[in-house]
Amino acid sequence: MEKQEFKIKWGMVIDLDKCTGCGACMVSCQVENNIAPQQDASNKLRTLTWMNVFEMNNGQAFPDHEIAYLPRPCMQCGSPACVPVCPVVATDKNEEGGIVSQIYPRCIGCRYCMGACPYHARYFNWDDPVFPAGMEKTLSPNTSARPRGVVEKCSFCHTRWGRAKERARKEGVDTMDMPQEWYQTACTTACPGGVIQFGDVNNPKHSVYELVRSKYAFRLLERLGLDPQVWYVSKREWVRMLGDNYLESEKAKKHA
Amino acid sequence: MEEKKTSSQSGGALPFILGLLAALAVGWWMFPKALFSESHQPIRFSHKVHAEQGMACDDCHKMRDDGSYAGLPNNEKCGECHSDVVGSDPAEKKFVEEYIQKSKEVPWIIYQNQPDNVYFTHSAHQAQECTECHPKMTDNDSPPVARINKITGYTERTLKMWQCERCHAENGVSNACYVCHK
Repeated sequence: MEKQEFKIKWGMVIDLDKCTGCGACMVSCQVENNIAPQQDASNKLRTLTWMNVFEMNNGQAFPDHEIAYLPRPCMQCGSPACVPVCPVVATDKNEEGGIVSQIYPRCIGCRYCMGACPYHARYFNWDDPVFPAGMEKTLSPNTSARPRGVVEKCSFCHTRWGRAKERARKEGVDTMDMPQEWYQTACTTACPGGVIQFGDVNNPKHSVYELVRSKYAFRLLERLGLDPQVWYVSKREWVRMLGDNYLESEKAKKHA
Repeated sequence: MEEKKTSSQSGGALPFILGLLAALAVGWWMFPKALFSESHQPIRFSHKVHAEQGMACDDCHKMRDDGSYAGLPNNEKCGECHSDVVGSDPAEKKFVEEYIQKSKEVPWIIYQNQPDNVYFTHSAHQAQECTECHPKMTDNDSPPVARINKITGYTERTLKMWQCERCHAENGVSNACYVCHK
């Protein structure tokens, strides 16, 4: 499949040295995207976590033991592995901004995309969503509810981009060059530590432009060549080493 | 020798035509009638009367300050003119007395509801005429019957995906999934 380039490239930069693993990003994501509370959330084969925080450590004993937390949204890959395997084109990467779309009514639930995604960013609805009485009033209009039998994933809260464009049209601002704060994902705005930064990595006016070009920036499993649009930043080398499968003799690749 | 049946012995063309007509009546009239529920607006609102005063669509169907679309006007908007009965129409009197004066919003029925998975923005379509997607309401003296599909829950006038896609294609606008879906 030919790789598409867009003028806007929405990117997320997550500072792993700042993240405390509080999980506010996960909670805000569930609220924004109408993910129903699960009957048994301890069954991790059935939970739906578009944004998921993983814990990592450096494998050393006290007092050298260190931990880091890694929030994992959908990577919105430049060359997504999930898209070409979909037999019904329910997922695609063809829109300006480069967000990988997922259309639930078209999805047949074959889960090829889940098998293809090396980041485990996709989730299958084993059950119909059940919202406790009264909670349906708190549902967000930004994301449609999914029935059982379809796959879902993080969409970089792309309805918020639509709202930002509405504002830009109203205020006479170019929709292709909006202020960074007009379009922010739910996890970005909820993060109490300012760990997550979100913006157009092609736009020098956005903070992420500099961040993704930092020598401390890396992406997960970069050598698979999927070209993810989520970057991680850490000054600790052991954290960067965990971003890919390096040989013992290798040093973590410095981002060019 | 066995007697062979011929068409003339089975009644000729008449039963065929009657059967055909009956089948067509079921398919074209009875089934659609059974499929859609019919409901009427709580107030007989006349778009025509308002259009004749020289009002434009977006005098009442406004965009909000953040660029989103407010849809139907509320009591506050209607009350700018109808804080008291100003005409002789009984429908207006009912509206003022039952809703405006009791500070109760009218439960208007929407004719073109969007499906849950569609993200439509009016602000991107302001260059289009309203009537490209909506019926020409300025000629409408009493509100049409609202028809809702009993199986899908969609309103009868909800635009079909091919209608959105065709207009996008004709105008060179992207038909990528996330342009319209959420």
